Amino acid sequence: MKLVTGIIQPHRLDDVKSALEAAGIRGMTVSEASGYGRQKGHTEVYRGAEYTVDLVPKVRVEVLVDSDDASAVTEVIVKAAQTGKIGDGKVWTTSIDDVARVRTGERGEQAL
Amino acid sequence: MFVAEVLGDGSALDAGNTAWMLTSASLVLLMTPALAFFYGGMVRSKSVLNMMMMSFGAMGVVGVLYVLWGWSMSYGSTVGGWFGNPFEQFALKGVFESTPDGYVYAMSEGLPVIVDVGFQVTFAIITVALINGALAERVKFGSWLLFVGLWVTLSYFPLAHQVWGGGFLADGESGLSALIFGSTDGEANVAPIDFAGGTVVHINAGIAALVLALLIGKRKGFGKEPMRPHNLPYVMLGAALLWFGWFGFNAGSAYGAIGDAGLAWVNTTTATAAAMCAWMIVEKFRDGHATSLGAASGIVAGLVAITPAAGSVSPIGAIFVGGIAGILAALAVGLKYKFGYDDSLDVVGVHFVGGLTGTVLIGLFATESGLFYGGGIKQLVVQIVIALFAIIWAAVATLIAAFIVKATMGWRVSEEVEVGGIDLAVHGESAYETVSGARVVTEVK
Repeated sequence: MKLVTGIIQPHRLDDVKSALEAAGIRGMTVSEASGYGRQKGHTEVYRGAEYTVDLVPKVRVEVLVDSDDASAVTEVIVKAAQTGKIGDGKVWTTSIDDVARVRTGERGEQAL
Repeated sequence: MFVAEVLGDGSALDAGNTAWMLTSASLVLLMTPALAFFYGGMVRSKSVLNMMMMSFGAMGVVGVLYVLWGWSMSYGSTVGGWFGNPFEQFALKGVFESTPDGYVYAMSEGLPVIVDVGFQVTFAIITVALINGALAERVKFGSWLLFVGLWVTLSYFPLAHQVWGGGFLADGESGLSALIFGSTDGEANVAPIDFAGGTVVHINAGIAALVLALLIGKRKGFGKEPMRPHNLPYVMLGAALLWFGWFGFNAGSAYGAIGDAGLAWVNTTTATAAAMCAWMIVEKFRDGHATSLGAASGIVAGLVAITPAAGSVSPIGAIFVGGIAGILAALAVGLKYKFGYDDSLDVVGVHFVGGLTGTVLIGLFATESGLFYGGGIKQLVVQIVIALFAIIWAAVATLIAAFIVKATMGWRVSEEVEVGGIDLAVHGESAYETVSGARVVTEVK
């Protein structure tokens, strides 16, 4: 089992969600995140005082999948989230030891 | 004869004017909660309640003191032209009286004086509240309340008397203007003009803010850590309500439902609109963006600048008064970083600069006596001189009040409280639920 985590531009979330649904993914977790990569931050000016804001708002999408599907899901997210501009985000995959479905108590791949 | 009948001029009630003055008083009272939102949005989320409570606290203290000695010190018989006798009309003695046939009210030109008391108390409240913008996020609440009582007594009531109560800055024969340009039949040849409070309210509060900012010092991290406004929609809500309330402030200062009130209303809107545009233009060219904070700030700068001038300039003049004030204030708010004083929310940059600009520009744009309207230079000189005098009075009075607070209660909260957030430490509350998981413990007290 794998966990595919994508950090994407907030305005790409709808497209990523639709693309994942179209690819047969039935569940995901979405949360607000903030951070920066090569994009770095931006500046804001309040009454003439300039502030550098390092952390930029992002959205984190997490999908639990069967190990065989991880690469395909990664590709779906990358395609849907891509604008080609700096700050598009990253997608990574981590291995998962165990999963439990809370309602039934099913374990492992049964719970996906 | 009752004292109340002696005190007033015995005129018959003018219901229209009285209705407008009651309305105006209510509008001006709204300005202080509006200011609480304007200021509250500009601080960090950990300090918003304390910021708003300083304005509400001023309503509490001044609302009580005004009927005790505030009115009497402002409009009682003069003591050397400096302030009114605080005992003469203490607790509104003589303003109204109880008789077997009901209350008798002192009247002044068709207006019950008790209505004027209501109108004036709202001015005293907002003036003191303006100062707290310089004290954001670092001052003990009790110390602020003590300062409010001291300052309103030492600075506001006397200046209100000097300018509006027939004192040293008014048009009397022993006033400052008469000393310079002489007087005829007991009136100064060049009457100083402060329609609704350029000196009494804005220069006064602005100087107090500057003195306090220098005296109590900067917030920890000022100029190094980001101190971004946490809620700009609050700031815009506050600016909108201030604009609305300001119609009572300026149009109400015409003292009647009359043409002068209409002129003041239109001038107030025109100058404010011009100042907002001016501030946004400065920002667009200097910083690249016209910001919401800039628009809200420009609104207030324009309202401040037209306050002394609302009854003496034309709407075209008001465009210049507001526009010039908007540009100057937009440039002035950056000065605190250069000089290193933490006037946190720019009371000096907006209220002192705006108030001074409006007070002085009357000398140029007043249609009856201004330099640009063929009135010569005398009005300009008088306006500058009364502004300077108000600056000196406010600075000295503020220093006295501030040192009393420093010697008794002290000004600053501990560094730990300042960093951790003043709301929780001082008021035992937090404005927003940032971490869910508060447990409800019911305990009946």
